[in-house]
Amino acid sequence: MNEFLTTLTAIAASAFSPSTAALAIAAIGLNIHFGYTGLLNMGQAGFMLVGAYAFAISIVAGIPLFPAVLIALVAAAVFALVLGVPTLKLRGDYLAIVTISAAEIVRMIGRSSLLTDITGGSNGLTGQSYRGPFTDLSFLGDGQTTLGPFTYDNTGSNGWWVRLVAWSIVGILCLFVFLLMRSPWGRVLRGIREDEDAIRSLGKNVYAYKMQALILGGTIGALGGIIYVLPASVQADSMGRSMTFFVWTALLLGGAATVFGPVLGSIIFFALRLFVQGIAGQFVPDSIMNGQQAEQFSWILIGVVLMLVVIFRPQGVLGNKKELSFNVN
Amino acid sequence: MTEPIPKTSPKHLRHNRDVLSTKKLAGAGLPEFFPLDHPEAPPVHGGYVLTPFTQRTRTAGLLSSRRMLAGLLLIGVASLGLMGLGATSASAATATPTTKCVADATTGCIQGTIKQSNGDPAVGVKLTIAGGDAPETLTTDAAGKWGVAITVAGPYTVTLDTTTLPSGETLDPSVTNPATVTGGLGRNTGTIFKLSGSGGSSSGSTSAPTTGDTSAATGGSVTWERFLQQAASGIRLGLLLALASVGLSLIYGTTGLSNFAHGEQVTLGGLLAFVLANQLGLNLFLAAFLTVVVCAATGYFQDALIWKPLRKRGLPNTQLMIVTIGLSIALQYAFQFFIGAKTVRIDKANPVTVEIGPITLSVQSLWAMGIAVAVIILVGLFLLRSRIGRATRAVSDNPSLAAASGIDVDAIIRLVWTASAGLAGLAGVMLGLVLNGVNWQTGLQLLLLMFAAVTLGGLGTAFGALAGAMIIGMVVELTNLVLPGDFKYATALLILILVLLVRPQGIFGRRERIG
Repeated sequence: MNEFLTTLTAIAASAFSPSTAALAIAAIGLNIHFGYTGLLNMGQAGFMLVGAYAFAISIVAGIPLFPAVLIALVAAAVFALVLGVPTLKLRGDYLAIVTISAAEIVRMIGRSSLLTDITGGSNGLTGQSYRGPFTDLSFLGDGQTTLGPFTYDNTGSNGWWVRLVAWSIVGILCLFVFLLMRSPWGRVLRGIREDEDAIRSLGKNVYAYKMQALILGGTIGALGGIIYVLPASVQADSMGRSMTFFVWTALLLGGAATVFGPVLGSIIFFALRLFVQGIAGQFVPDSIMNGQQAEQFSWILIGVVLMLVVIFRPQGVLGNKKELSFNVN
Repeated sequence: MTEPIPKTSPKHLRHNRDVLSTKKLAGAGLPEFFPLDHPEAPPVHGGYVLTPFTQRTRTAGLLSSRRMLAGLLLIGVASLGLMGLGATSASAATATPTTKCVADATTGCIQGTIKQSNGDPAVGVKLTIAGGDAPETLTTDAAGKWGVAITVAGPYTVTLDTTTLPSGETLDPSVTNPATVTGGLGRNTGTIFKLSGSGGSSSGSTSAPTTGDTSAATGGSVTWERFLQQAASGIRLGLLLALASVGLSLIYGTTGLSNFAHGEQVTLGGLLAFVLANQLGLNLFLAAFLTVVVCAATGYFQDALIWKPLRKRGLPNTQLMIVTIGLSIALQYAFQFFIGAKTVRIDKANPVTVEIGPITLSVQSLWAMGIAVAVIILVGLFLLRSRIGRATRAVSDNPSLAAASGIDVDAIIRLVWTASAGLAGLAGVMLGLVLNGVNWQTGLQLLLLMFAAVTLGGLGTAFGALAGAMIIGMVVELTNLVLPGDFKYATALLILILVLLVRPQGIFGRRERIG
């Protein structure tokens, strides 16, 4: 029973951890791409990585915090522009293939030995090298605070401060998306998702709208990347294809084209994994499944859940089936 | 053909069908069968469509088919020719300079120091580390140190390239090479390669025989020998890539599905061959054969159990694509669950190399290339010459029209899934042999190259995939001449993006498919 409680606590802790927030932010960005506009961006991790690198490298180069964030967002916007120009006029698959490839290119260049001086090569950049300006902003002071079963540093590398900031950003972005999608601009995006030609016949420049959506979602993804690396380190391999797929799973679990779907999906995603791992760790003997295998088993289950959700409940937990037609052309 | 056939009169229709011989069609300069929705094709009548299927014909007078056959033969001849020249064994990945690795919550380090028998650091020794992330080649620095950061805990295989040891030094017999270490996050893991100086006198005999070779060894400049080696590697990679991507392209062509789990079929082939040949000790050819059969069966049952029911449910392709992504994740971790994150070798024995001209190649590479060429030619002949092959191309071209002309579209799709999975499995076995190992993400890495190849050749066209694969394979390996190994895949993907900018339909694709 005691161990079960430990598992539950671990799940609750992961539910509001900075990584969950980062995944949620990236999923909000992807929601603008896929949920509202119908763009198949298979390289959201690439946007995150671009943001994380641009942010960390800027700070290391001595640029203050807010300009560094701005640089990261601009870098992601440029990345989106480069990807969008050749593909947004073509069928959806092409955007998928190009974005997944471009995300891989970013990862390979990031871990390349040629750029070790700038990106740290495959070893990446340690958190200490760029975290300073962010933790300096904290008004929580030093020491530790305990809330219920959770004890963290107030300001330390993985403490309350980064949690507060991360979830505030999630809240602001949710409000932003809610307002944006009620606006005429948001209605055009949803129109493009439903029927591109109809929108075109109304005299709208579909290409430009798609590009704007790609850039907006990409910059939000970059923001997610920054949050993701703040309590950890910049590691090219930690934001590879798997990360993209996790963001997709989170989005589809929660419900695409909904405001809170990406957030709920991210929480479910991490909770489900830890739950499976915890249960397997306790009730399955090591001879059948050891700790490492339990983790792998939880990932297998994530893949299967993704398949089942898409087949049987494509609108996710929160979604409205009518809202999501899934017909990207 | 100018006279419309009244559909109300079956007798008339029958009559027409009899009269419409293929000779007449060919004489009229019409494409016999393939481009049914070709812009210049006349309006299609029931009788016309049926003709190629009701009559077996030898007239291969169609333009596109001939062009494709020529391209296919060209590829085959070129590769055979270069096989005569020779191929290289595993490509020399460029060394990564060692940097200090700091272990923290999300990373761990695998590191060590190599010292010569007299205590001096062994500088410039190359090691390959394979495991959680992509295999990485390291070189010891001036202090003999090497190290790499890892993000995935688990077993890693560290292989020391004995040819890069300082002259006169050999590995101590007590050392296991490759060594397997269990890397963990947040800590440093080490492994020791002890050296013993057995033959100091042998250094004289290993001096550079002629000029030019030394520069090739340091990897700095582009020499003719290196170019030939890399070109041969490129052809080898291209052939294997072609095997794997034909299936991807055919699945796309017949069902419109971008199968993101196709890479896992390749991995499955490699890992099955490992289990059969290495673990169970079967003969290599028997193991490869069994692997292909099992892989083909997985394709068959995949279509029977997952894809056909989903097609019948009317699930849109976008949704199906995400289902394949879910399948891909599940399979990747299933491989890790059963085999682990380590790189495994299919063949226990060390590869035997043969030198032909300036190029060194392993015997297995030769076999792999030979088999690949043979299989590709067979697939090409099947698609061009056999009735089922034609039906496949018909479904690929226009499924509804094919169904209307009496082709069992579901049966064809089942066949395509089976064959694709079998071919991918074969490619996996040979990649595992040629690259000296296979791990859970071998296919994943290949998938992007496959997509690049298929897009370059034209999505949905089988022969485009072959041509695209050869180009991508070449580009990937030749990039190694001028750029470090990290960039070799990046160049291929960059080409993909450029192709989409200039000619989005690919080499063999048609404009109307992309919109």
